[in-house]
Amino acid sequence: MADIVLDKVSKKFPDGTVAVQDVDLEIADGEFVILVGPSGCGKSTTLNMIAGLEDISSGELRIGGQRVNDKAPRDRDIAMVFQSYALYPNMTVRENMAFPLRLAKLDKETINQKVDEAAKVLELTSLLDRRPANLSGGQRQRVAMGRAIVRQPKAFLMDEPLSNLDAKLRVQMRTVVSRLQKQLGTTTVYVTHDQTEAMTLGDRVVIMRGGAVQQVGPPQELYDHPRNLFVAGFIGSPSMNFLHAAVQDGGLRTGLGDVPLGDRVRRELEAADAPRELILGIRPEHFEDAELVDDDTRRRGLEFEAPVEIVESMGSDKYVYFTVEGERASAAELEELAADAGASDFSGAGSNLVTRLSAESPVAEGQSRRVWFNLEKIHLFDPTNGRNLTLHEGRAAGALAD
Amino acid sequence: MSINATPTGADVTAEETTRSTGRHATVPTQRAGRRKPPLSENRKAERKLGWLLCAPAALVMVAVTAYPIIYSVWLSLQRFDLRFPDEREFIGLENYVTVLSNEFWWTAFGVTMLITVVTVAVELVLGMGLAVIMHRTLVGRGIVRTAALIPYGIVTVVAAFSWRYAWTPGTGYLANLFSEGAPLTERASSLAIIMLAEIWKTTPFMALLLMAGLALVPEDLLKAASTDGATAWQRFTKVMLPVMKPAILVALLFRTLDAFRVFDNIFVLTAGGNETSSVSMLAYNNLIRGLNLGIGSTMSVLIFVTVAIIAFVFVKLFGTAAPGSDDGERR
Repeated sequence: MADIVLDKVSKKFPDGTVAVQDVDLEIADGEFVILVGPSGCGKSTTLNMIAGLEDISSGELRIGGQRVNDKAPRDRDIAMVFQSYALYPNMTVRENMAFPLRLAKLDKETINQKVDEAAKVLELTSLLDRRPANLSGGQRQRVAMGRAIVRQPKAFLMDEPLSNLDAKLRVQMRTVVSRLQKQLGTTTVYVTHDQTEAMTLGDRVVIMRGGAVQQVGPPQELYDHPRNLFVAGFIGSPSMNFLHAAVQDGGLRTGLGDVPLGDRVRRELEAADAPRELILGIRPEHFEDAELVDDDTRRRGLEFEAPVEIVESMGSDKYVYFTVEGERASAAELEELAADAGASDFSGAGSNLVTRLSAESPVAEGQSRRVWFNLEKIHLFDPTNGRNLTLHEGRAAGALAD
Repeated sequence: MSINATPTGADVTAEETTRSTGRHATVPTQRAGRRKPPLSENRKAERKLGWLLCAPAALVMVAVTAYPIIYSVWLSLQRFDLRFPDEREFIGLENYVTVLSNEFWWTAFGVTMLITVVTVAVELVLGMGLAVIMHRTLVGRGIVRTAALIPYGIVTVVAAFSWRYAWTPGTGYLANLFSEGAPLTERASSLAIIMLAEIWKTTPFMALLLMAGLALVPEDLLKAASTDGATAWQRFTKVMLPVMKPAILVALLFRTLDAFRVFDNIFVLTAGGNETSSVSMLAYNNLIRGLNLGIGSTMSVLIFVTVAIIAFVFVKLFGTAAPGSDDGERR
C-alpha cells in the first residue's frame, strides 16, 4: 500500500500530440480516486503512465515516495484491471489468478491458499477450473478483479473495468468494487467515462478534458460547486440546463425571464473586461411546479410559464421537458459535451429545458405550466473561458449573493 | 442432403438449421416407420440454389484432383512399364511390396524426413523471430517487411540455380569462402546446402503466417502480463505462444506438407546425386525418366498417403484447426 504522486506529469507522443499536460495529483494511501472525462481526454494515458505501460515524457511519478518513472511495470508492484479483462485464454480461472503469484515465485501452498481466499471473496470458488471462454461477462470481470487482488499490490489501477457489462450488472458490480476497495483499503485509481460511476464510487473525482485536469474534489463538491462550464455540464444526469443570458441594467435577460443579480456578481460584471453575454446554468432539480412551492421558498426564486413538451414519470419524481424561447447557449465546452454524448448533430429550435418536478405535480403534456426555479442555485459562466462567475472561494453562491 | 426425421413439422425449421450448420450433416435419413417431414417450397429452392452454386467448383475439383488420384491408384496396381507395354497386367499390391522393400525408397524417405524436420524446425524459430520483428517495427515497417519477403518472391528454381553457382568451386563466392572442395559433390554438405536453400526460401512464408497469429494476441493481454510481473521472455512463452498456438500449428502443418514434397531445390542442386533424392525426386525418376508408370504411381500414392497421415496427425492429435473451419478454438 502506498500513496501515488503525479508531479507535473505530461505525455507527448512522437507525432507531437500532447495527450496529458502537467497533471498534478496527490493520491493518498488507501484513497479511491476516479479519473473521468470524455474519450480522448487523457485519462487512460494517465493511468497507463502510472502503470508503466506508457513512458512519461516529463514530470515525476512517485509511488510510495519512490520515483518510478523509469521502472518497468513489473517492478512497480501495481495490479491493473482492463476493460477487456485481459484474461489468459489458455489458463483456467485458478491459473489466471495464480499467474502473478507464480511469477513472484511463491510456493505452491501459499499460491493455492491466496487464490482460494480471493476466489471466496469474489464468489468464484465453483468456477476455478473453468476457462475464461466458458464464463459470462460478469464472471470474467470478477476473475480479472481476483487476479488483481491476490497479490496485495501497492495500488489497483482500473481501466473502465465495468464498461463491457450490461447496465444492470454494472450497477451491481459497482457496489462490489466499492466494497472490495473499502475492505482491502488499497489505493485505487479508476478510469471511467461514465459520470455516474465517478459520482458513486470515488472518494475523489478528477475531471479531465483535453489532457488537462479541470477540477479535483469529492463528488458532491464537483456537483455543487463546479469550477467551470465543462465540469458543470459533465457531472450530473440529466445534465445541467444551459441558457443564454445577456447582461442588461444590472440584471440578466434570459429565456426564463429577467434574473436579478446580487451585489457580488454585479461587481464582477462591472469590470472592464467582463463579458456582456453569459451562460446561465441550472440543474433540473432546482425547478419545481409553482403550485407546490410555499411562500417562503417562492421568494428565493423566480417563476416562468412555458409549454410542456414531454413528461417522464420516474415514480419518485417527474422529468418534465420544456421548450423555452430565446437564443441557445453556445460555447466550445458545450459542443464538446454534446459531441461526447453523441448528440452534436441533434438540436431542435430554441433551448430545451429539463426539469425535475415533484411526483405530485399534475403537469401534463401539451399544457402550459408555471414553474418556479431557485435563484440561489444558479451558476453563471463566462462563455469565452468557461469560468464559473458565481463561484466564491470555491463555493457556488448563486445569482443573488451579496 | 439429409432430411431429418422429426415427427412434428413445427420442429423442422430449427432442427434443420442446426443440422445444416453442424458437423453431422449426413445423418441417416429415414428411420423405419417414420415419415419424411415435408420441406417447404422456400427451403427446397434454397437447397437447390446451394447445390447449383457449389456445382462448378465441385466439378473442377473432381476433374483436376479426384480423377488423377484415382487414376494413379489404378496405375499403381498394375505392372505398367512404357518400355515393355506388352507386359501390362493387373498385379494387385505387388508394386507396393517392391517399393516398400527397396532400400532406395527408404533412403529417399529418410532424406525427405530429415529435410522436413530440420527445415521446418529452423524455419519456425527464424520465422517467429522475423514475425516479431515485422510486428514490432515502428520505423520503416514497409521496407522491413518487403526485404524480409523477397526470398519468397523469387522463383524457387532461379534461387536454386543461384545457390548452385554460389557453391560451385572456383566461380562461386560461397564455395570460395567456406570450403576447399566441392560441397555439392558430398552427401552431408549437399544435404546441408539443400536445407539452407529451403530455409532461406520459405522462412518468410512462415513469418507471414506467424505474423497473422501475432496479430491475434490482444495488446491488453501483454499489458496485463507485464503488470502481473512477467519479464519480456515470460510474456513471450507464457502468454504469446499459448495464445498463438492455433496459428503456429497451422503454419507448421502447411510447411510440413510443403517440405515433405521438396523437389526443385534438389533437382537443381544435386539432381539427386550422392543419395540426396527425396521421395518426390525418386517418384519423378521412376515415373517420368524411367517410364515405369506402375512403380512411379505407387510412389506417388505412397507420398500422398504420407502427406495425408501428416495432416491427420496435425488436425486430430494436435488439434490444429483445419483452415476454413472455425470451432471457436481461436479465441
